[in-house]
Amino acid sequence: MTTTQSSEAAPKATEAPAVSAAVLVQNAVIKYGFIFVTVALFLYFALSEGSFRESATLLDTLRYVSVAAILGLGVTLTMAVGGMDMSVGAVAGLGVTVAAKTMVTYNQVGTVAILAVIAAGALAGLLNALLIVVMKIPDMLATLGTMFVIQGTKLILVDGQSISAGMTQSDGTTAPGKFTAGFLRIDRGTLLGIPISVVIFGALTVVAWVFLARTRWGRVLYAIGANPEASRLAGIRVGAYRALAYVLSGVLASIGGLILASRIGQGDVSAGTSQLLEAVAVALVGTSVLGRGRPNVWGTALGAVLIGIITTGLTIKGLPYYTQDVVEGAVLILALVFSFTLSKRRTA
Amino acid sequence: MSPTDTAVDAAVSLRDVSMAFGGKTVLASVSLDIAPGSVVALLGANGAGKSTLIKILSGVHTDHGGEVRVAGEPAALQSPSAARQLGIQTVHQRIGEGIVPGLSVAENLVFEELAQRRGNPFLNGRRVLARAREIQAALELDWSDAVLRRDVTELGISDRQLLILARALATRPRLLVLDEPTSALSAAEAERLFALVEKMRDDGIAVLYVSHRLGEIDALADRLVVLRDGGLTDDQVKPFDWDSALRAMLAQAHEVTTARSQHSGEHGDAVLALHGVHLFEGRAPLDLDLRAGEVTGVVGLLGAGKTELARGLFGAEPFTTGTVTLDELPYAPRRPADAIRAGVHLVPEDRHADALVPGWSVAQNISLPFLKSLSRGGLVNTGREDALGRETIDALGVVARDEHSTVEELSGGNQQKVVVGRWLAHTPRVLILDEPFRGVDIGARRDIGRRARALAAEGAAVLVLSADVDEVLEIADRVVVLAAGEVHLDAYGEDAERDRVIQTISASV
Repeated sequence: MTTTQSSEAAPKATEAPAVSAAVLVQNAVIKYGFIFVTVALFLYFALSEGSFRESATLLDTLRYVSVAAILGLGVTLTMAVGGMDMSVGAVAGLGVTVAAKTMVTYNQVGTVAILAVIAAGALAGLLNALLIVVMKIPDMLATLGTMFVIQGTKLILVDGQSISAGMTQSDGTTAPGKFTAGFLRIDRGTLLGIPISVVIFGALTVVAWVFLARTRWGRVLYAIGANPEASRLAGIRVGAYRALAYVLSGVLASIGGLILASRIGQGDVSAGTSQLLEAVAVALVGTSVLGRGRPNVWGTALGAVLIGIITTGLTIKGLPYYTQDVVEGAVLILALVFSFTLSKRRTA
Repeated sequence: MSPTDTAVDAAVSLRDVSMAFGGKTVLASVSLDIAPGSVVALLGANGAGKSTLIKILSGVHTDHGGEVRVAGEPAALQSPSAARQLGIQTVHQRIGEGIVPGLSVAENLVFEELAQRRGNPFLNGRRVLARAREIQAALELDWSDAVLRRDVTELGISDRQLLILARALATRPRLLVLDEPTSALSAAEAERLFALVEKMRDDGIAVLYVSHRLGEIDALADRLVVLRDGGLTDDQVKPFDWDSALRAMLAQAHEVTTARSQHSGEHGDAVLALHGVHLFEGRAPLDLDLRAGEVTGVVGLLGAGKTELARGLFGAEPFTTGTVTLDELPYAPRRPADAIRAGVHLVPEDRHADALVPGWSVAQNISLPFLKSLSRGGLVNTGREDALGRETIDALGVVARDEHSTVEELSGGNQQKVVVGRWLAHTPRVLILDEPFRGVDIGARRDIGRRARALAAEGAAVLVLSADVDEVLEIADRVVVLAAGEVHLDAYGEDAERDRVIQTISASV
């Protein structure tokens, strides 16, 4: 506070030439540092490991991160209104269960499963909106609560068992349906050589970017995040827009769940649990991209790609899988240093 | 004045103390001696520099000009704890900031000693309680051990105030600064506080008493000083001349050239009419109409109900009683969106908290309320948005690099122009400006005033609310004096003469 004031108090004329090379370098580091790190790591792995260069590996990397990235887009929307959605992993897991239940237990086609999963995601988002907007529970706590409730609901739906085709159900009969071939194509099929889940990730990124950065609704979401009271006094229905952000986040998380279900090919009860932290991490990493210091869609997508590059690269390098969490955590912390410590210093 | 003729016996002296934020002077060469055993009242409207002065004395603002002397010695108030060690204790207005919930009353009483590095670091219930007893005894609080063991949140607001006072006095300060100490107290509780303040004075403590409540100052203070626009404008000893004090507080030293038109005596039609609206519970209902083609200025001290009136009309805090009509149709906005749709726009009092979106450009801040009209199929047309930003910059003379500058790059006056300008994109039927000139330089004030008058000339009703008599006289056709939610004067042109307005305010206190 005081530092900002004193720098403002300094006469402008003498300050202009003082914007030295050091400041320019620092600004460039803040703005492009993360992109640079991503490119540098990519080049390092690509040059040192032949198998990393193969297009199959690269597409697999994108396929691998698509779920966390799509969930991260939802988290980005809720962060734009100044909130947070901790339930995205659970909602994705619910999507897996609902998809399996619809197709395996109720013997429905893939389209019905897709609609049921998205409806479940929207419903979960509405529940979050109810708790946060109407009942005024702090976002983090409310979505933490729904996370547990949704995980529990999922278990009750399937009597605590994973659902797979041909399984014996609790009433002794055999499950009539199976994951349809069309549904399995979501993650396993390709479109013009690109995995469909990667196509979905790309399409949703573009749609989310247009929505958040180019439409008045996105503008309003950011306004609410930056100054809710000023937004209200500018005539914005703050509650309705915050609710919208959580519902959209629920829908995006359920789309992530669809990809996950297609990947696993059965109703795994533990699915989605590990996606939460990655989703939150990519959205947070995203805030540091381009030095915006605020949630943004391209940042989140790039954050996901970066984490994908690191995990794939280190796996090829022979680092055991159990070291991944430490590496991802370190990347997150580094990103937070970019967003908070360094950019704060710049404004001071 | 040379530093050598400091009254050696003053408890604390200020010598040419000045302070500037962002190039704007908030304190200009203030010199003041506060004698031990005296109560000096400090008066001033919002933005006069009172809180800056308090923050300098309490060691919060350290980069000020001039000098503070404690007992004749130059003192470096480099931090709040340095100020306390030099014997300057400050009780801030927000009591919540002084107490620590979750700790007991006794622990809160000894909190400052606990927070210091020296001494035994282990808490010992019995030792804390013994020390707490000593501290409260100094104020004759007579709290039993049972009370001392309670969680501090179980205390009422006035007892919390007394706790903080007792804690401040435990260090035997030279100077005690009380910032609006009665703002949360009932009359009986305030009486108890006054008795304590008198006891402190008799004990030889110097008291700087900051308050808006003239009655309290009349009863308690030995001397009063008035701060306006960062300078001392009045200094009296008892008995006080209130007209002179209020003039020094509310009116500018120089004669103002009134920009307003001489009114023909013909009044416009009522655009907005209030009937039986209670701004405060238990006060008389308010009847007021705002007329087309006029700037109505509402003037009153803090707590007069100005902000309540503005926020009620805008639907930010809807009125609970009475009726309002807009162009003879019922008008009851339940939220700001309703008011905006009806053409009633508000420039709120606090532009940072309630109007500006930090980090956004000038154009984006201007377009926020009317984004819909700048969009097609939901996509914001940034070309039209930028054009609107440039139009506003030209119309109000905003000093900015261009429409893409962030609002933080602008001075306070130019930020205010942006906040006013955003509401002119769609010509309002009623424009409400709550304290539009606070922290705004005279040039920006003129620009905003001119634009508001032009809007009225086009047939809108403009309502300006301010605590500054001259600001209102400068811009308004009609002046309404508000006190405790009631109208005390409602006059046009010649009848709204400055002395009369000031006398009405001083009589209404």
